[in-house]
Amino acid sequence: MSGFPHRHLLGIEPLEPAEIQLILDTAETLREVLDRPIKKVPTLRGKTVINLFYENSTRTRSSFEVAERVLSADSLSIATATSSAQKGETLLDTAKNLEAMNPDMIILRHAASGAPHFLARHCRPSIVNAGDGAHEHPTQALLDALTLRQKKGRIKGLRVAIVGDILHSRVARSNLWLLTKMGADVVLCAPPTLIPPGIEAMAPVTYSIDEAVEGADAIMMLRIQRERMAGGFFPSTREFHIRFGLTEARVKRAKKDVVILHPGPMNRGVEIASEVADGPYSVILDQVTNGVAVRMAVLYLLLGGGSGEAAA
Amino acid sequence: MKGSTSAPAGYRERHELMDAARLSRALSRMAHEITERHPDPTATVLVGVETRGVPLARRLARLVKEASGSAPRVGSLDITLYRDDLTAIGPNPVMKGTDIPLSIDGRVVVLVDDVLYTGRTIRAALGELLDFGRPSRIELAVVVDRGHRELPIHADYVGKSVTTTRDETVQVLLKEQDGEDRVVVYEKVRAKAPSASAKRPR
Repeated sequence: MSGFPHRHLLGIEPLEPAEIQLILDTAETLREVLDRPIKKVPTLRGKTVINLFYENSTRTRSSFEVAERVLSADSLSIATATSSAQKGETLLDTAKNLEAMNPDMIILRHAASGAPHFLARHCRPSIVNAGDGAHEHPTQALLDALTLRQKKGRIKGLRVAIVGDILHSRVARSNLWLLTKMGADVVLCAPPTLIPPGIEAMAPVTYSIDEAVEGADAIMMLRIQRERMAGGFFPSTREFHIRFGLTEARVKRAKKDVVILHPGPMNRGVEIASEVADGPYSVILDQVTNGVAVRMAVLYLLLGGGSGEAAA
Repeated sequence: MKGSTSAPAGYRERHELMDAARLSRALSRMAHEITERHPDPTATVLVGVETRGVPLARRLARLVKEASGSAPRVGSLDITLYRDDLTAIGPNPVMKGTDIPLSIDGRVVVLVDDVLYTGRTIRAALGELLDFGRPSRIELAVVVDRGHRELPIHADYVGKSVTTTRDETVQVLLKEQDGEDRVVVYEKVRAKAPSASAKRPR
């Protein structure tokens, strides 16, 4: 396959397995640039990227910013806490005003599911979804897949347990799409209150973490998203930890060479015990490095190529 | 395109510039010239430009070893990220990756490529190489110099210089990638409309 046929990256759901493969292969090649004495290549010189973040983020935003700088794109980041969104400007008005500054790409994080799709319909620049509500977070799933592929040599046939707050997790949804497209066996695990209805059509669901991690090649822990929880989804974080937290004893039920992923930020002592997060199976910091590589690949594939009309 | 020696789309073979024996003699001569100029091969790094420059650099390193007793190190350079026409060439080229195995500071770097044409590939390669360090000297070895330079760039070691028109394309076919050793000049097929998948001439 040559070239990436999309102008936007809105989710994993619309991607073909070969397109996912291309992003991962490109990321693998680009990762080497981060080890060079001069961590900068001129590839996207003259391209402007706007990072528009309506929700808090440390990892995703800084990772996009690093990727943009390494590829020499000009970028600016707008955190809405200090922007005109506080004065009541709508998403579309903000985007139209930014569009008037002629950027080539807008990276959007928004609390509403479908916000990037909405921008893609109404704005000229390429749109990358950096997390929309509880819908999708495609670059996170891609960096998880890259990490899995590096550690296990493949994705097909792996047994992967996704454990935690699946109801509120866009990471879970993107990963579920990606892993099933790439042929992994996924099992989902959470208390019944944190399982979205209908999800069992995509992957088997269990309410027992012991059962979920049994024989797993990889365990993906999800963050308990307290900011999205108005009601009582579970009695207390202590009880959650006892019933659903990943402890050393539970890790032992998985395969010997199991890897443990977490998209961050972690709630230590809630969904994951500290000794597991810092333990030998944890690949959480590899995920961060791979996050930069995957975002470089997405920028390169969406902005690097031409229109497809070869000008020899 | 492993194993295939057919002409690129929209082109047909015009004539053979070198057969396997001539190519082998040309490479031997180039290796001797490199050895003559740089008697200590361990202070030299041969850096092949992806794709065909890399197997050529490996062959030259082997020939330098035969001539001088020790082999220079070999690296590879994928210039995709440094191209000046990235947005003009259509879909993103698939990257092979860059591998510079040791510090090039203070060493002699010989860039190796198959065909020298406009010089833009080498301009990009120089840009990338200089981001890896400060070599004492950079030289260029190519199998074919076909003219039509658009930049002030010249080769230090040349297998064969040949006069071409812009309608022609020169391909160095190598056993490692194409199944045979051969250098061929192709010409554009005139009657047909240019194919969308026509290769960009190098």
